[in-house]
Amino acid sequence: MNSTTTRAGQRTEPKRPGAPRPPLSLRLKKLPLQIAVAIMLFLVVYPMAWMVLSSFKTNREFLEEPVWSLPSSFSMENYATAITTGNLDQYAINSLLAVVPALLLIVIFGAAAGFALEVMVWKGRNSTLLLFLVGIMVPPQMILLPLFTAYFQTGLTGSLWPLILTYTAIGLPLTTFMMTMYFRSVPREVFEASILDGAGIVRTFFLVGLPMVRSGVLTVALVQFFFLWNDLLIALTFTQSDDLRTIQVGLLNFSGRFGATDYGPLFAAISLTVVGTLALYLVMNQRIQKGMVGGAVKG
Amino acid sequence: MQKVLGDRRAILFLLGPALLVYSAIMLIPILWSTGYTFFEGNAITGFEFTGFSNYQTFFTDDRAIDALWFTVKYAAVVTVGQIVVGYGLAVLYFFHLKRASALIRTLFFFPIVLPTVAVALLFQQLFAIAPRPGIVNEFLNIIGIESIDWFGSPGTAFFVVALMDIWRSMGFYAVLLYSGLIDIPEEVIESSRIDGAGGWKMIRFMVIPMSLPVLISAIIFSVNGTLKVFDSIIALTGGGPGTTTSPLTLYMFQTSFTNGAYGYGSTIALMLSILCLLVTLVIFRSVKRDLGK
Repeated sequence: MNSTTTRAGQRTEPKRPGAPRPPLSLRLKKLPLQIAVAIMLFLVVYPMAWMVLSSFKTNREFLEEPVWSLPSSFSMENYATAITTGNLDQYAINSLLAVVPALLLIVIFGAAAGFALEVMVWKGRNSTLLLFLVGIMVPPQMILLPLFTAYFQTGLTGSLWPLILTYTAIGLPLTTFMMTMYFRSVPREVFEASILDGAGIVRTFFLVGLPMVRSGVLTVALVQFFFLWNDLLIALTFTQSDDLRTIQVGLLNFSGRFGATDYGPLFAAISLTVVGTLALYLVMNQRIQKGMVGGAVKG
Repeated sequence: MQKVLGDRRAILFLLGPALLVYSAIMLIPILWSTGYTFFEGNAITGFEFTGFSNYQTFFTDDRAIDALWFTVKYAAVVTVGQIVVGYGLAVLYFFHLKRASALIRTLFFFPIVLPTVAVALLFQQLFAIAPRPGIVNEFLNIIGIESIDWFGSPGTAFFVVALMDIWRSMGFYAVLLYSGLIDIPEEVIESSRIDGAGGWKMIRFMVIPMSLPVLISAIIFSVNGTLKVFDSIIALTGGGPGTTTSPLTLYMFQTSFTNGAYGYGSTIALMLSILCLLVTLVIFRSVKRDLGK
């Protein structure tokens, strides 16, 4: 029972047994609410639909037809232009080359650290965990300048290594913290049994610990993927040359490249960068929602 | 058993890589950056010790004060927006949509996973005025209002950025706050309803107090995110018109990489860190006092 039905129920006649539909007054009471939901949905969905539709329009169509008109044809020309002239394929590859290695390192290092901090017993593990939490709080602007100097002096500037290393370090605090939570939810007896069976602690981590928290590992990896894939600040700082740009930096410079007049390819480029995340979200939305929200509450 | 669980070499093996990377790339740079605040110069020209002069500059620099003020104003407005709209949606999901809310939750959540740059470019077009009016201005024209140059004046530019960040994240905060609501026992809500508390009264005196822990987490998360706003601004307004929508993060970035002033850039970054810490502590404090009553 929700509040509207209760209040409406007090005023109208008692329900006839077996009435097929709720009384009209009740349905009318729900109407404003449904309209509100519909308007909200429109405000969320329409801008994205408009973006995709505009990506098929020619410049003339975009500038002269009404904003809400449909494109005259669904040709992929704008997409081809966006990819070849806008270099989007190169940027997407750069993003993958930076994000995937970082993601693997984050997950392996973070899971191992979470195991050491939660399952193993030693002095100072709580303060070590607190040390990791500092990293969630401090703004990334605090580490940019020293890292810029360090990467410059070690000759890493000019490769994707600065991105891989920085992404790994930035992802570790939250990942380690979430992994300790996942290991906490596994009964200790599981690990003790494995040790009693003669498996060493490192083997126990790889053969028992990791498989038991694999769902958590996937969640953490997804959450970090979105953070890293959508990162602009780190990529903007450490990729000076055009051939190292990630997709976000490329997109940021996209309108400049065309002198802000070629709208079709611009919308095509925006749509393209959105499509990947959309696909991933369609498949795993429940897990993504849980993971991102869990990270926020605990962090 | 204790010996195996406390095996130092195993701890080093498992924890070592994470701790090493984290220390080398986050902890040491944080200290290093704090050290920079006492110097002037950059990696290429070399550094010169200047004591506290960067701090003095910060508090007399009009642009820094403006950026600080913008950051605070922005965080306040967007946090209130995110939490109020998010909480409204969460209440809607919980009391009115019930089971049917899964699909709507998923749809509203979606914008937060989109790249901010893409969303910003989209909003630029939605609020465009030239060469052709965007959807928003077109709509205003229909109801008889003239097109507004949204990015032409500080007030309207601020409005669009704030609106975009609330639009992006309201579904995220809705799911976050919803997770606080579903923990409230059914009987508590039922009994308060029998006592005659309905609608607004019930939310004010029953629902908000009972979901307070999650609400506080959400507020702290939101404040910390909005104080550090960067992507949305650089992609949507570029800090303009002029420098009127430049937060500390953007000012720090320009100072450091456009002007090559590492010392002053680090000082701005440190001020931002202190601001984040202070605000979080204040929220914690005020909550503790509230719960003590």
